[in-house]
Amino acid sequence: MPLLVRFLAATLSLAVGGLVAWAVLGLPESAGLREAVTAQMDRSGVSHPVTAVLLNFRGYDTLLEVAVLLLALIAAWSLRLAPPGRSPERPGLVLRELVRLLVPVLIVLAGYLLWLGAHAPGGAFQAGALLAGAGVLLALVEVRPLGATPPFALRLLAAAGVLVFLAVALLAMWGGRLLEYPPEWAGLLILAIESAATVSIGLALAYLFRGDEPTTHREGGERT
Amino acid sequence: MIGLADLALLPWVVALPLGGAVLSFVLRTRAPFVGLVTALATAAAGLLLAAQVLAAGVQRHLVGGWGAPLGIDLQADGLSALMVAMTAVVGLGVSVYGSAYFAGGNEDTAHQRAYFWPLWLLLWTALNALFVTADAFNAYVTLELLGLSAVALVALAATPAALTGAMRYLLVGLLGSLLYLLGVGLLYGAAATLDLQQLAQAPLSGRVAAVALAAITAGLVLKTALFPFHFWLPPAHASAPAPVSAVLSALVVKASFYLLLRFWFFVAPELASAVLTTGLGLLGAAAVLWGGLRALTAERLKLVVAYSTVAQIGYLFLVFPLGLGQPEGFTAWGGAALLVLAHATAKAAMFLSAGVILKAAAHDGVSGIDGTAQALPVTIFAFALAGVSLIGLPPTGGFAAKWLLLNSALASGQWWWALVLIAGSLLAAAYTFRVLAHAFTRLPGDPPPCVRSRRLEWSALALAATALALGFVATDVLELLRVGAPVQGPVLMERAP
Amino acid sequence: MSAVLAYGLAGAALIAIGLYALIVRRHLLRKILAMNVVGNGVFLVLVALAKRSAVPDPVPHAMVLTGIVVAVSATALALALAVRVRDATGQATLDERRGTAAEAGRGRDAPG
Repeated sequence: MPLLVRFLAATLSLAVGGLVAWAVLGLPESAGLREAVTAQMDRSGVSHPVTAVLLNFRGYDTLLEVAVLLLALIAAWSLRLAPPGRSPERPGLVLRELVRLLVPVLIVLAGYLLWLGAHAPGGAFQAGALLAGAGVLLALVEVRPLGATPPFALRLLAAAGVLVFLAVALLAMWGGRLLEYPPEWAGLLILAIESAATVSIGLALAYLFRGDEPTTHREGGERT
Repeated sequence: MIGLADLALLPWVVALPLGGAVLSFVLRTRAPFVGLVTALATAAAGLLLAAQVLAAGVQRHLVGGWGAPLGIDLQADGLSALMVAMTAVVGLGVSVYGSAYFAGGNEDTAHQRAYFWPLWLLLWTALNALFVTADAFNAYVTLELLGLSAVALVALAATPAALTGAMRYLLVGLLGSLLYLLGVGLLYGAAATLDLQQLAQAPLSGRVAAVALAAITAGLVLKTALFPFHFWLPPAHASAPAPVSAVLSALVVKASFYLLLRFWFFVAPELASAVLTTGLGLLGAAAVLWGGLRALTAERLKLVVAYSTVAQIGYLFLVFPLGLGQPEGFTAWGGAALLVLAHATAKAAMFLSAGVILKAAAHDGVSGIDGTAQALPVTIFAFALAGVSLIGLPPTGGFAAKWLLLNSALASGQWWWALVLIAGSLLAAAYTFRVLAHAFTRLPGDPPPCVRSRRLEWSALALAATALALGFVATDVLELLRVGAPVQGPVLMERAP
Repeated sequence: MSAVLAYGLAGAALIAIGLYALIVRRHLLRKILAMNVVGNGVFLVLVALAKRSAVPDPVPHAMVLTGIVVAVSATALALALAVRVRDATGQATLDERRGTAAEAGRGRDAPG
């Protein structure tokens, strides 16, 4: 890069950083929306404020965000990447044994984090990330746990998070507004949404690690 | 008996395309059918929403029942309704075109066909969600949904140019979104709310709000491809598949421009200094001239159309000096909104026509379209009609829009912007006629054989006809725009004595 | 220095560093990493906002969580796209200088 560009980039970056720092120094003291959240916690169906914000008060954001992750998966598959290359050697002993030990633990931990999200930091994204981690480990030892699953079922599982979330959101309009959970059902609905989302998030992240789209090759080469 | 005013349309304009997108992804072989049905439903919902706002005023939907600032609200005033309606019309046209464009037997087109629909419907979801959200952070999520789907659609063409263009577009888009997010965060820091209406009412003065608005503006200007940050647009728009180019130029760039209007006209007009408005106006003027000149000299047909987008976006920024902080700003406001609509329909028609022409042409340079007027009369007519609207000749929508902007410039004493408008029209005429001259060249012998698809040609023509029709319904459009408008004034200003 | 200032100024520094690298570095992987650094800087500023009260404000935390998922999605797409660019052009850069010249006079790229 020519020196002039570097100089201009440095000046710009310092200016931007300086402006942000200047703004941070001038931030007013404020509790923000904390009190508004606390006031409505008992109607939210969960006892952890961040989960309440994510899955209830601002659940619409989370719905779109789960859609963004699904979009990333669809987009990556649309690029038609080649499958990750197989290494010429067999994965080493340490890796194999570690995977054998870790994957079940990760799956159990994912379930635990999903359940925990109602009253402590946790929830669908954290649990999904752990599941994806298990998927990545399995990919490293070239094991494909869902290798025999038909691609249609895989797409359905990947889409399950958005589908369940959207279905609950629209069904709530029967008696109220979009995503307006009846307070006595709120906790259960949130758990249902988070469970579906966990599976989808784990699947999406794991497949994004691999990059290629799962296909079955039939006689005529037609993909389902 | 449920009246129009009682329908909760706002959630449906988002839920319909979202559901359709996911279904078309899961039901891969049925994707075109699911896609078309969803397009029809979504377009209908969008047009109904516009009718509802016209009849019953600003619509608001409290998602989750909580209400701002705790929850997220959806809101449609005149501007939002117009944007949703514009997306409905262009979206329907592009969907019909797309159902025929990706038809074909080989594996590549089958792959494109399967992925076009989920990506396009997710893009439509993002657009509608952006236009009806009343929450600044929710707008960030919709911006990302929009950007990522747009990038993936560009990359669907799979050529080196498309892939590189998509990569550049992605990086620029992400930077823009992050700057926007930074600004929204700082605004929350200053005002303890994310709701646009509450932010508008909060006293926004001091350094935090100023830096916040600066970050938001910088991010959105990047995403709207205002000169000199337009460098990413021509490669991306020119190398994408034709229906994608149409959507990008007609709709996607308008989304970030819409957010700029929201923040400056609704949330923080008091922070707008003359430096800002004049600065944006000057950059817009530069865009008009630079884009027009580059369109005149571009070698590839789609590059001509893409640079035309850069130029037309420049016109839009004239709304800042002409409308913001002006006592009778509605003239400029109306002109800008009409221009957004007119450009959307005309540019979409132009790109769709270009797609048909390029399927028949010898190569994708401008000279490669020699003789195509004989072979594709409907398509060339659509291209010409779209060009007429872009130039701003009566009785098209483009003319109505420019007439309002000219009136605003002359009546408020800022006559120099009028020069920009005129120069831009001359350049548009030049590059449009350049293309048409090549098309009407008579080749010796018979016209080149090409497969003609009625659906492709007529969807392009339908959109061009809409650009023309806009000129006739301009007053109705402006009446819808009045609902919840941030500026007052007559449609046409009296000249200052 | 209070926690708010620590997080906020660190965030500002990350934004500056990431922005510089994003503009100056040519390799796509570096640009993507730089973008992540900018993103993390913005998230740190949001965390600073939450820390202004003794009991943290949950809304900026939710914003950061959403932002992280969006950033992961965007990074995943960017990496996949970078791999395809490398496969298609033989190098993992954007090469703007060559790009504009190549646009101008090349022949048939792809239909439509």
